[in-house]
Amino acid sequence: MSTPSVRPLNQRVLLMGTCLCDAFFDDVAKATVEVLEHLGVSVDFPENQTCCSQPAFNSGDWESSRKVARHCAEVFAGEVPVIVPSGSCAAMNRHGNKLQFEEEPNASIDSLAKRTREVIDFIFNDLNIRTWPGKFAQPTRIAFHRSCHSRGTKTGEAVRTLLSSIENAEVVPFGQSEQCCGFGGTFSVTFPHISGQMGTLKLDHMLEIRPDMLVGTDMSCLMHLNGLAQNQGRAIPQFHAIQILRDTLVKPNQSNP
Amino acid sequence: MIGTQPIDLYARKISDEKQGSVLDGSSKGTEKRYEVLHKDYADPDSLRKLAGAIKDHTLHHLGDYLAKAEAALTKRGAKVHFAATAEDARQEILSILRGHGVTQLTKSKSMAAEEIHLNPFLIENGIECLESDLGEFIVQLDNDEPSHIVKPIIHKNRREIARTFQREGIAADYNDDPETITRRARVHLREKYMLAQAGITGANFVCADTGRLTLVTNEGNSRFGMAPAPVHIALVGIEKVIPREQDLSVFLNLLGRSATGQQLTVYTEFINGPKSANQPDGPEHMHVVFMDNGRTDVLASNCREILRCIRCGACQNVCPVYRQASGHAYRSTYGGPVGAVLSPLLFGDRFPELADLPKASSLCGACNEVCPVDIPIPDLLLRLRDKAKREGVHSPAAVPMTPFSALATSPSLWRTAMTMSKAMNHLPIHVAPIKPLQDWLGQRTLPESRGGDFRKWMKTRQSK
Ligand code: SF4
Repeated sequence: MSTPSVRPLNQRVLLMGTCLCDAFFDDVAKATVEVLEHLGVSVDFPENQTCCSQPAFNSGDWESSRKVARHCAEVFAGEVPVIVPSGSCAAMNRHGNKLQFEEEPNASIDSLAKRTREVIDFIFNDLNIRTWPGKFAQPTRIAFHRSCHSRGTKTGEAVRTLLSSIENAEVVPFGQSEQCCGFGGTFSVTFPHISGQMGTLKLDHMLEIRPDMLVGTDMSCLMHLNGLAQNQGRAIPQFHAIQILRDTLVKPNQSNP
Repeated sequence: MIGTQPIDLYARKISDEKQGSVLDGSSKGTEKRYEVLHKDYADPDSLRKLAGAIKDHTLHHLGDYLAKAEAALTKRGAKVHFAATAEDARQEILSILRGHGVTQLTKSKSMAAEEIHLNPFLIENGIECLESDLGEFIVQLDNDEPSHIVKPIIHKNRREIARTFQREGIAADYNDDPETITRRARVHLREKYMLAQAGITGANFVCADTGRLTLVTNEGNSRFGMAPAPVHIALVGIEKVIPREQDLSVFLNLLGRSATGQQLTVYTEFINGPKSANQPDGPEHMHVVFMDNGRTDVLASNCREILRCIRCGACQNVCPVYRQASGHAYRSTYGGPVGAVLSPLLFGDRFPELADLPKASSLCGACNEVCPVDIPIPDLLLRLRDKAKREGVHSPAAVPMTPFSALATSPSLWRTAMTMSKAMNHLPIHVAPIKPLQDWLGQRTLPESRGGDFRKWMKTRQSK
């Protein structure tokens, strides 16, 4: 989709690709670049980026995680927005860092916090795009998992509104949608049973509405749910919301590919 | 060594019956709370924030408000005692009881009393001590432990209770109809009430301006217990003080709705002091024991927000880990999210032993979202994880993170590792002798590694 932008915005952003996209979900990072460029935003990817520091932070090893966070803040130094296709990494930059640097204030960490946006939140609230000119070929039922790290942020509403505006898409509500999927990073390793039970319950609720796909904004949750669903013989297509935006987009110049 | 946590092991072994009761009871609790709170308030969040701010203010000036409460209570004729530790509180209560020659008493539900194991202590010292709250009464009969702050027997179903009643001779036959169970308990308890020489209660709030104690119950048992008894002892955590009577409205409106999805609990008692000359009945002697038991240490820590807690249990109901594991998995008076913060802090000498509790969370934040006093529980869990690490407390969930930070601060190493991770696609990692990895992969299929692919794509794109 190397489309020319529909609206030259003169805006530049830095992409924080996330370690999970780096390792497994390259297409999500690609979709992020493609959608943003389509919207007239130019995207830079700082080569030296690694991870936001969350794995060490959540396990309580703040000495290690602060090192990684400092590196991250350095890599993303500057003035422009830092866009990340993950509510969880966004929450790390915006809130987690505040906690781990409570006792040693750090200006570049604060600056990173202010500039970080989850990608759908950015599109909806910063670029002010309220409907998506997209279309599914078939009527499509979507079960949207608003990941926990987006609790209390604007991401959930942004995704629901944008997805619902796509032609032929229906975002179908399901039971206990506020409940966690059970991933929680190292939590899924050290609490394997509870994590598995939580994921199974989540899948039960989501699959009950007979969706055509599960959509989320955090590949970590989707990886966990997908891994469980596959093992339980009930695999279902799963996408990051940004992939849906890209894949359904009806391009203005569609006639000349 | 990375190992599985005690709470996870507990959840694995719990009976289906018990797990079903907990899951069902807590899910229903969450639904009811949501329904009632949102029906009555367009913006419950601002109410929660207000309640949190009032509590925060009080905690900042706790010494002053306690002094005010003490003065007001004394003026009303109550005797005020301060207990620094659990042992002090137990001894204080025992000596009050002995002073009044009490050998038999009833006790209504109090988490503070649970916290110091008051019941077994008094019984050991020859004082007959009967739980008058239905749930706590059943816990006592079964020699069990409460597993939820407001629903102590959330882990039991009515069939179990009916069996207990039959076994203990409370009823001649087996009957698991809830109404029959309640009626039978009532008949049994009523007799005991009449013989009690003292009533022990907790308190939900103490207003510093007037010294008035507020107690909420659904069974009216604490009030009933006090009617015939000449002595009333209230055991109160020092953080239960609120500045003024008018602040009560905020808390009472939130407490019932958050705890049980009730607009107001069935009984709300306001206790002004001992019986006055023109009152026909009530205890002539009233003692209020303010208990610290680790609270000032919590106040001095970076987790002081937990002292705002009004013990509603909403965080337990909504917590997915609690729902799977039950309150008993937390091995302390307080289970669930509130307990994961409070227990390791309050029982400071047990910190190493309870340091796994703050790890029992995916950090999903549901607890913070429902908390009527807006306690940032996930932040506190994280601070406690940091504390455990700094204090070198061994925990089975200590995933070593130094290799991670070494990798994640060296961009070139990181890029190499990403590219190399593709090799994993061809390795039989599911048979690697790493227990946690096996546990993880036992339930989940790992996606194919595509390490470095995005970077390559981005490079070609940029060079175009
Ligand atoms: S921490 Fe909050 S939600 Fe949990 S019991 Fe206390 S007041 Fe209720």
